[in-house]
Amino acid sequence: MLRRLCIAVAFLGLSPPALAQDADPVAPPAAGAQEDDGQLVVDVTGGQRAALPIAVPSMPTPQSADTPAGNTAALGRQVAEIVAADLRNSELFTPIGPSGLTAPSYPQVTAPDFGYFATTGAQNLIQGFVQANADGQLTVGCYLYDVAARSELARQGYVVAPRDWRRAAHRCADSIFSRLTGEGAYFDTRIVYVSETGPARRRIKRLAIMDYDGANHRFLTNGQWTVLTPRFAPNQQTITFMTFQDERPRVMVYEIDSGRTRPLVNTAYQTFAPRYSPDSRHVIFSMAVNGNTDIYRIPVAGGTPQRLTTAPGIDTGGSYSPDGSRIVFESDRGGSQQLYVMDANGGGQQRISFGGGGYATPVWSPRGDLIAFTRTGSFSIGVMPPAGGAGRILNSGGGAEGPSWAPNGRAIMFTRGLSSGQLWYVDVASGATRRVPTPLGGSDPAWSTLRD
Amino acid sequence: MKRHLTLTVALGAALLATAGCRSRSAADLPPEPPSSSNPDGAADSDGGVSGVAVPGSRADFIASVPSDRVFFALDSYALDSDSRRTLDAQATWLASNAPVRVTIEGHADERGTREYNIALGDRRANTARDYLQSRGVDPSRMQTISYGKERPAVEGSNEEGYAQNRRAVTVVPE
Repeated sequence: MLRRLCIAVAFLGLSPPALAQDADPVAPPAAGAQEDDGQLVVDVTGGQRAALPIAVPSMPTPQSADTPAGNTAALGRQVAEIVAADLRNSELFTPIGPSGLTAPSYPQVTAPDFGYFATTGAQNLIQGFVQANADGQLTVGCYLYDVAARSELARQGYVVAPRDWRRAAHRCADSIFSRLTGEGAYFDTRIVYVSETGPARRRIKRLAIMDYDGANHRFLTNGQWTVLTPRFAPNQQTITFMTFQDERPRVMVYEIDSGRTRPLVNTAYQTFAPRYSPDSRHVIFSMAVNGNTDIYRIPVAGGTPQRLTTAPGIDTGGSYSPDGSRIVFESDRGGSQQLYVMDANGGGQQRISFGGGGYATPVWSPRGDLIAFTRTGSFSIGVMPPAGGAGRILNSGGGAEGPSWAPNGRAIMFTRGLSSGQLWYVDVASGATRRVPTPLGGSDPAWSTLRD
Repeated sequence: MKRHLTLTVALGAALLATAGCRSRSAADLPPEPPSSSNPDGAADSDGGVSGVAVPGSRADFIASVPSDRVFFALDSYALDSDSRRTLDAQATWLASNAPVRVTIEGHADERGTREYNIALGDRRANTARDYLQSRGVDPSRMQTISYGKERPAVEGSNEEGYAQNRRAVTVVPE
């Protein structure tokens, strides 16, 4: 079902490209940018960010060849379309093309017609090629240029199995996004979520997985039992979720390689709201014991749960800080749902939200600088600093809940629609939202880390 | 114990068939497993059947108590006087049908986050269970399950629907 995939990264020389098949995956160039002191530089809400015009013409092929993914000439156009769509999704770029642009010839990939692209208004240019290799693999070359300076800024090649051709496009877009913005990559990622169909009283809910842009959609469960709140392990080896299987509601762990599913905790009590530690070794979850819900921690492999909260009331929705030292959670111990932060061992619990109407489902940003939450009452998605504060609402209306961060902390995916869900995406800096396409309805999205 | 004749319009063929098979007295029946395939199924079967409800059956329970469910205010798990009267009647029926085990389902309306509503449903189910226990029902005969907002009783995002969905349902096996 799910297989670990490997993309070899090649550093390109002049064509034919010299391939370094064993090269390490690209390190996200912006990793250093994340290690600030918890301060995020965000645009003022509502401010107009000048999106960078960038040309993305179709990518030629050195030799037209049919592959399991299609003809290399057609793939060249599709790769360019995916790169353009990814960059457009980031809200930081205004891609030009591939429609309306003259595609370069193969020799022009490394010798662009800068004069032509200057007339398009593009400041930067992405060119590339798609080549079928003798061993059945595809090589996707990806070059970034500065149009005005007539210079090459970066080049990278991706060697993939034909079925992974879209990943090569996402990796190309990721490398360009990181090179030009200094931020971490997030296009070569997946979403696990709950696919929904049918009336509310007879809703069929199935675990499903797809690329971040909705492609390569697959169902993981058959819908016999309601499933909720899937979460990707940061190492992408397991997915934890809640199921009502056999009318025994509890948290399960799905092992991606083996396809095996097992209970996280051996208990007769109801367990729910699981979330991984950043090192993928533990899961924190909620357990309802005789009407009192607390947060516990357990190794993913199994073991004895360690109780982290003891207050009477509902403590749930825990999420780790990216360094694993703290946990943000929600509690109604003060009378309404509010956000609290505690040490990873349960100590030092302190409230960080104080607004009326309530705050729920806190999720710590992978950058550490913000905590996303659901504002109850209005059912909107917002963010606030870990130290607390009023927070900033990112969307309004539509009954939103359940935020999940992109691995670079730039975007959030969430559920919209209380009685009939859809997946939506919001750019944290600009507040721009768009619907994420799914075959049926959707809820409880969880964003993966960047793929290997 | 009161026996009721349930004479209603709706005819459930499946229920009739079930009733026909269960001609033995309740005392002869083996303990029922917890309701599994049809949670909240009481809502579907309370249309009733013609004839005498088998003692100890879900139909008998439905016919014998004011309601199989109690309702709650928004984000509350407190029992009001109506709810206590309903649970008193349920406790009386359970005292007369000692082998019967029940599942108490807790539910919430959609105006709560998913995880919180599971915890809230658990609170509601446990409140009903604790009350029944205080009225003499052996806790080993009761299990609880929370569906949060996943199994609304009625469709519709309006106050009337929400009020029907904030509930704890005592489910007797069919």
